[in-house]
Amino acid sequence: MNKEFAGPLTALITASRGATITVGLLLIVAFLVPVANLLVPETSVFHVPNYAVSLLGKYLCFALLAMSVDLIWGFCGILSLGHGAFFALGGYAMGMYLMRQIGDRGVYGNAHMPDFMVFLDWHQLPWYWYGFESFAFAILMVAVVPGALAFVFGWLAFRARVTGVYFSIISQAMTFALLLAFFRNDMGFGGNNGLTDFKEILGFDLKSNVVRATLFFCSALSVLAGYLLCRFIVTSKFGRLLVAVRDAENRTRFLGYRVEYYKLLVFTVSAVLAGIAGSLYVPQVGIINPGEFSPANSIEIVIWVAVGGRGYLHGAILGAVVVNYAKTYFTGALPEVWLFMLGGLFIATTLFLPQGIVGLMAKIKKPVFVTKTPKAALTLGVGD
Amino acid sequence: METVAPGDTILYLDGVSVSFDGFKALNGLSFFVEQGELRAIIGPNGAGKTTMMDVITGKTQPDEGMVLFKTHTDLTRLDETRIANLGIGRKFQKPTVFENHTVFENLELALAGDRRAFITLFARLSDEDLDRITEVLKIIGLSNRAKRKARALSHGQKQWLEIGMLLMQDPELLLVDEPAAGMTDAETEQTADMLKAIAKSHTVVVVEHDMDFVRALESRVTVLHEGSVLAEGSLDTVQNNERVIEVYLGR
Repeated sequence: MNKEFAGPLTALITASRGATITVGLLLIVAFLVPVANLLVPETSVFHVPNYAVSLLGKYLCFALLAMSVDLIWGFCGILSLGHGAFFALGGYAMGMYLMRQIGDRGVYGNAHMPDFMVFLDWHQLPWYWYGFESFAFAILMVAVVPGALAFVFGWLAFRARVTGVYFSIISQAMTFALLLAFFRNDMGFGGNNGLTDFKEILGFDLKSNVVRATLFFCSALSVLAGYLLCRFIVTSKFGRLLVAVRDAENRTRFLGYRVEYYKLLVFTVSAVLAGIAGSLYVPQVGIINPGEFSPANSIEIVIWVAVGGRGYLHGAILGAVVVNYAKTYFTGALPEVWLFMLGGLFIATTLFLPQGIVGLMAKIKKPVFVTKTPKAALTLGVGD
Repeated sequence: METVAPGDTILYLDGVSVSFDGFKALNGLSFFVEQGELRAIIGPNGAGKTTMMDVITGKTQPDEGMVLFKTHTDLTRLDETRIANLGIGRKFQKPTVFENHTVFENLELALAGDRRAFITLFARLSDEDLDRITEVLKIIGLSNRAKRKARALSHGQKQWLEIGMLLMQDPELLLVDEPAAGMTDAETEQTADMLKAIAKSHTVVVVEHDMDFVRALESRVTVLHEGSVLAEGSLDTVQNNERVIEVYLGR
């Protein structure tokens, strides 16, 4: 790494205690979990079992996804209730690559087409599947497809000055429309069942422990890279303008800034991050189906961010991990009450913890100089 | 569109009408402001003062009429951002600053410069920028509050900060909406001095209710009533104008 780059990077990490701790923890987790899984003997108490590696890897993907929502919601007041769509699109792009990796080892043994296409009696691979046999192309699409959709959607919405709840509603409609489309068999994405039965990634067996640990490691590093990118964005002048737009959009406009371009840029970056999260998620859970587009999923992301603490970035990571751990636990222990708990959690957070867990921790630390909670954070805060 | 207005005119409104749901907020409003002038605009509630500001800054599209900036640019076709970048700054009636940013950051964001989104990702403050911010902090009397969050400022200080932001923007024409609203007498006086100082190098249009404040400005006054100009001249002239007394001052 050259010096010119190292300086600002160090500054990003050391500028705030939250950032230092977050980066440190992510690094520790990135190395410790794979080591504890692969090198520590199974009999040891420090051994991390295989299922836990995949589970934690999944949480990390959600953490990256939550951070992408926090970037736009926490800092720019754009409440997207359709961000699951970008996550799912990134997931599908990766899933398509993994499908092509199956080759002739599918049930029908057709090397030119995934099983579900053979089953549908198709004779040719649809054009939009071309290129997905290449990992590099698939990775490119993981970023390009969600980014392009976000760009077009944002271009239309922000130019028309669609803000606040209206934006939230159309973003929800967007993901719902995609849900319906991907359910259709003739879309060519496996319909209801989605894409699954993956065998290999880059020629490595997806079921092997080393591959799973590597995927975990990549997820942790992606969260770290995503975090540093978001930190860079929010600490730049651009980031201060995002907050300016959130708090006083008209003032920003009258200062001569093209508010719509600021929103468009950050929204697109956010969608790409969500797409990357989806692409890491799919090989670890082994399936992607249209359910990922469901509006409820997107709402859940917003709850993670709210619970963790909106507008802190590391709050989103924390929220995603905490809520998903609770989900794993309670859907096992008390499956019928989980959704009520989730709803209750959101209401409780909104009422009693407007700044989420991170805000609460800050408050406990310095009770004397509690800064007044900005009103925007008390409500859903879709800056008007 | 090329249309010609008198020579040194910076702002020229001709027959501007705006109606909301049948109510005529502006009714054939015509007047002009010369380069370098300090102009006060007064009028009772509902006279159309704020609507006029909205029309000039592109927030509201007039139903008819023309608004020319520097004799050749028709503002009615442009949006807020374009108009701001042409060199027209606006201070809102209710102080509007970025509450969660520090005073310094508020000024930094207002600083004239490249406003493209991608550029601001990598923007750094130059020494001249810092000097300029320090200078403006001094003018608005907030030097010792530079690191405070704007939301911690008093109402009057927020008004000054917003004026400071206008100065950072360095527009040719400043539109200032009720700068003295909610201020103490001492603050009002300071604000008048501030605006007079600014008017030495900028054209300033002030909309105001407070007569003492308008007197302190010692400027030419335009009286609005029901969306058009009722009278114009020095404060003494308009105060003695019978129609003005009737609709506004006499009440």
